[in-house]
Amino acid sequence: MSLITRRRLITTGLATVAGATGLGVADKLSRKYGLVPPDCKGVYGAGETLTYGVQRLLTRNATAREFPRSMISEKPFANEIAPPTEAFKKMQARSFVDWRLTVDGMVEHPLTLSLADLKTMPVHSQITEVACEEGWSYIAEWIGTPLSNVLNAAGLKPGVKYIYYHAVEPYLWETIDMDDAMHPQTLLTMGMNDGDLPVGFGGPLRLRVPRQLGYKSLKFVTHITAVDSVKNIGKGLGSVDPEYGYAWFAGI
Amino acid sequence: MGHLHKEYMPGLRLSCYSLPVATLSPVRPKIVLRHVGIVRATHWLTVVAFLALLITGMLIVISHPRFYWGETGNVNMKPAFTLPIPASRDTVPTGYKYVMPDENGWSRYLHFEAAWLLVLTALVYGVWGLVSGHFRRNILPLRGERSWGAIWARMVKYLHRSPPDKLEEKSYNVLQRVAYLVVIFVLFPLIIWTGLAMSPSFTGAFPATAWLIGGRQTARTLHFFLSWALVAFLIVHVAMIAISGFWRRMRAMTLGRAREAEDDI
Repeated sequence: MSLITRRRLITTGLATVAGATGLGVADKLSRKYGLVPPDCKGVYGAGETLTYGVQRLLTRNATAREFPRSMISEKPFANEIAPPTEAFKKMQARSFVDWRLTVDGMVEHPLTLSLADLKTMPVHSQITEVACEEGWSYIAEWIGTPLSNVLNAAGLKPGVKYIYYHAVEPYLWETIDMDDAMHPQTLLTMGMNDGDLPVGFGGPLRLRVPRQLGYKSLKFVTHITAVDSVKNIGKGLGSVDPEYGYAWFAGI
Repeated sequence: MGHLHKEYMPGLRLSCYSLPVATLSPVRPKIVLRHVGIVRATHWLTVVAFLALLITGMLIVISHPRFYWGETGNVNMKPAFTLPIPASRDTVPTGYKYVMPDENGWSRYLHFEAAWLLVLTALVYGVWGLVSGHFRRNILPLRGERSWGAIWARMVKYLHRSPPDKLEEKSYNVLQRVAYLVVIFVLFPLIIWTGLAMSPSFTGAFPATAWLIGGRQTARTLHFFLSWALVAFLIVHVAMIAISGFWRRMRAMTLGRAREAEDDI
């Protein structure tokens, strides 16, 4: 009996040490390769980390599905937006010529760009689906310049891990990792279906992140900041969504 | 306990159901190992995961209780059908004045966490079931019973409430096998597939997951139907357990043992 107990003790001990070391190594490796989301703690942290980690391993370079022009939704649905402020209405009355996008943080050349400046950059268009976490969806053509163009123009410093972007309403903000930020489909969108992007759909400027659900495609974007960590933004969970109970990574 | 434990070992290795184990006293009823440890563990992990998925799934659905066929669908489009319930969003026209509380955030977190528990459990059970021969021996209908006739005959037996065959003490009858076969190899794989077909990132990497079943909204609608098919299975499953002796069945699925004489489903 004592032999079994001792043997058991040794095996259990070794297994625990091996397991702990394995977990430690896995933790280090997954952090190094960017497989751990900012909202990795708490009750749902394990599931969220598995989702984000496996998605990044499987889909890091994937492109969101694009559709033929014939599949563009005749009646796209615009979700509710906060009532526009007086300042916004004034800008809208002047066709948003005063709209500015500030690019700062860990960049060589901080920029302040008007919509006209953005339109001088290479324009891309894509026909992708907006899928809301509520369940509904629509397909539209989105026209704009890839975020990577703006980030390259500003010159990212080494060590940038996330792009932090927020809306004209300061309480609406998001971050995405560099895989999504530099992705060719991540678009600073100014046009929709051959017209200007309507205000209801986030005009004059929306950051479309088509590999993730709709709530990552923030409307009315005014500010982009390159950061090496999200710890000091809000509650440090990566976006305003986890503060309302929604996952930071919305690729699922 | 020591001798019993030892006697179980061959059964543990060979099948879900061991051979009857001779006890020391010949007058005591024979004890059989009804379910091996891995079946019991994966069974209860699946129960936990499924209930979490079911509850959170219902909470997610109320944010848009409308269903569509094809790739896209929203309140500006005609739905295939609408659930007659209020929604948790005031943008959805439901005919109710009441807007339900929004539980979508934590429900989605838990839904995907529970989905991981389900998938990882299914991996363990699936690999073990193939390697150990559990599927071949206990889930695939027996060679002579792979016919509608055999299924019908067993159904008639249930309806007449006839006692089970001697063979059924050791393993499942044809109806049970078909039910488990459909749940394990059709319903669960399809519900995982239709779930993945709703992920914009996953369908980017593997577009066929979406177009093979006719688009994202079709996947969502099928996901909904599949969850009800699994609920229907759960209801029948629990009802059969209740009829055949709830606590005996529970003992078999928790402790693993059942007395042979009582082992009558």
